[in-house]
Amino acid sequence: MLPEEVTRYIGKVLGVRVFEVEKGAIKKFADSVGDYNPLFWDDEYARDSRYGSIIAPPGFFGWPGRWLPDMTFPPNPESSPFKTVEEGPRTVLARHGFSRNLDGGMEYEFFLPVRAGDALTAETIVKDITTREGRTGNIAFVTSETTYYNQNGDLVAKATATQINR
Amino acid sequence: MRKQLYWEDIEVNSEVTPLSKVATTRMLVKWAGASGDFNPLHYDEHFAAGQGVGHPIVHGALKRQWLVQLMTDWVGDLGMLKRFSCQYRAMDYPRPMKTQAQAEEGETWWCKGKVTRKYTEGDQHMVDCEIWIENGKGEVTTPGTATVILPSRG
Repeated sequence: MLPEEVTRYIGKVLGVRVFEVEKGAIKKFADSVGDYNPLFWDDEYARDSRYGSIIAPPGFFGWPGRWLPDMTFPPNPESSPFKTVEEGPRTVLARHGFSRNLDGGMEYEFFLPVRAGDALTAETIVKDITTREGRTGNIAFVTSETTYYNQNGDLVAKATATQINR
Repeated sequence: MRKQLYWEDIEVNSEVTPLSKVATTRMLVKWAGASGDFNPLHYDEHFAAGQGVGHPIVHGALKRQWLVQLMTDWVGDLGMLKRFSCQYRAMDYPRPMKTQAQAEEGETWWCKGKVTRKYTEGDQHMVDCEIWIENGKGEVTTPGTATVILPSRG
């Protein structure tokens, strides 16, 4: 059984952030993966494609919780441009003995391409927190869903991430 | 334009063109910087040992992105990745570097997939695939699924 201090996060908005998709960041991202698709790299090629300009690889906006309050290296809350709750479920779980965590997996649904220069708004909510008994004790699963909109207010993608805490 | 796959070119059980990858400590550093994931689990021996994984492990999200590339390479410029999922079921460990640019001998990972369903949804030509990453021993560490929209010749 999880304490109420943890389960009260279910259904809560953890944070909203706005960020610009920079062309240089797209190229660095693709390079780090070893993905040299010209749609992510080559201005001229991308201009002549059906997209008309460089696009980001699906999943570029990646790990939804990156800037959330209790992630590995959160920004200084005093100076953070991101609106978040003060602490997230991971920090609270750590107080209840679940101090180790791993990324469990990801689910995406894509609706529109993301172009260099787009400004995305991402909102993350906690979908569910469950536990089960593992080989070495209890495991808590935190599922969060992040919805991305572009500067026109159009839905771009949904990302559902699972974090494993033990 | 690069070579383009069409919906008519494939059938159930068709193979997704495999993609090989070599995870190195260098690649993990680049991924950390590019993705913004600075969890020391992926670069710090002491921290990784304390977390019970032995040594620094390959980021799950980097493996995810290899599988995304498997699909975007396969569907080409006119195809679109619509749905995607993967689970990080087993740890993978990067190869150390021998020189600044070259990794030591060791594991090569293969991203693979096969078509499980071919159908239309409205006027869209869809394909579902089972996808996965195999480690150097041929074990699946990262299974998943993908749905893509392909252009049709029809």
